[in-house]
Amino acid sequence: MTNEQSPHDVPTAAQLVESVREWLQSDVLTSTTGRVQFHSRVAINVLAMVERELTVGARQTIDHAARLAELGLASDAELAAGIRAGVFDDRIEAVVSAVRSAVVDKLAVANPTYMRPDDQSS
Amino acid sequence: MSSPRESTDDFAAAISTALGGRNVEGLSRLSGGASRETWRFEADGEALIIQRQRSGDTRDMEVEASVLRAADTAGVPVPRLIASGRFDEGARYMIQSWVDGETIARKILRDDVYSTARRSLVGQFATALAAVHSIPIDDVAGLPTNDQVAQYRQSLDDLDAQLDQSHPAFELAFRWLDRNRPSSARRAVVHGDFRLGNVMVGPEGLRAVLDWELAHIGDPMEDLGWLCVRAWRFGSELPVAGLGTYDALLSGYRAATGSPADPDALRWWEVLGTLKWGIMCMLQASAHLLGFSRSHELAAIGRRVCENEYDIMLALEGRWSSLGVS
Repeated sequence: MTNEQSPHDVPTAAQLVESVREWLQSDVLTSTTGRVQFHSRVAINVLAMVERELTVGARQTIDHAARLAELGLASDAELAAGIRAGVFDDRIEAVVSAVRSAVVDKLAVANPTYMRPDDQSS
Repeated sequence: MSSPRESTDDFAAAISTALGGRNVEGLSRLSGGASRETWRFEADGEALIIQRQRSGDTRDMEVEASVLRAADTAGVPVPRLIASGRFDEGARYMIQSWVDGETIARKILRDDVYSTARRSLVGQFATALAAVHSIPIDDVAGLPTNDQVAQYRQSLDDLDAQLDQSHPAFELAFRWLDRNRPSSARRAVVHGDFRLGNVMVGPEGLRAVLDWELAHIGDPMEDLGWLCVRAWRFGSELPVAGLGTYDALLSGYRAATGSPADPDALRWWEVLGTLKWGIMCMLQASAHLLGFSRSHELAAIGRRVCENEYDIMLALEGRWSSLGVS
């Protein structure tokens, strides 16, 4: 990412979140039971998701803008409205391909192992 | 309705009155959702449950009670309806027989004690659904008849507006669903939420179909499609409730109904079911984001929306030509 332009010291934001996640895993998860333990596990998953987004999010934003630009669009709102109005029906494969790539990017942050192996590595 | 300080004794007395003076003992709460609470108790030694509606629940529990009665008559395994009505303070209630067993999906899918059940459940689900769909529509008054596509179209529009979001994958799904709607939809009583979690299972198999509050009039294939949505496979590779194949479900259903069951219609309803679950994930995240119920668990569910988008993109791979000239 663009850390060389950041005024902050280390740890980076991702490293700070990682440190909290590690504490939840090593201390909180092992000393709780039932509902609190379940919510600790949810919290660990949430922080891991944030770590992934901090790592690849900026790149994904650039890629997504490029995908939209290729379709002559500036936003997901325009894409959604266009699909709904049927204006892409005659080039649906290109739109489907762009939407699929965006969904794969979302899952790469939210829950990578949910995807088929070939999508996980893309 | 009930104040939090209402004593359990008063509740037990009200139940006893509802049961014509039977002796009510051992009243204990099993669950309390946003719309209703469920309690277990014994009446003259017989194990029963009571569901009591909260004031925010607009659904008519009397309709649900009449569906339960009709399902019993049609041969669906269900808890026996003992009594239903309205308490003096206004809350509706339903009293049913207690059915012992397991509802937790992951236990049913993984524990050794359910290995025999796992081999028979898909066939039993097919038979039970065929029985549900055989209920004469006129026997149950007051069931909703909403078009599911229109209903969830409105939900997505409302949520996208509230959360300032757009979901191109869901728009593709709606467009595909609109162009590929199954032609000969039969109308029947549909359970509306038939899946692991809402059925009582014993080591030998299906014991009872529970949770009828989403029953409505619709295409019977809706229940079969919903049962195949990936969220209800709970991590298993098998498409039908994580337990079996499409062929096993469809052939069991055909055998029980004596009429054809269209695999394309099943697929259509599975895609709609996946879309519905995605929208429900948005709804849960919105409860956190809009401040109704602050919770990191609800917040995290917002990032599960894309799991459903992904499943839709996989399900419709190679099926887009119906939208255009490609």
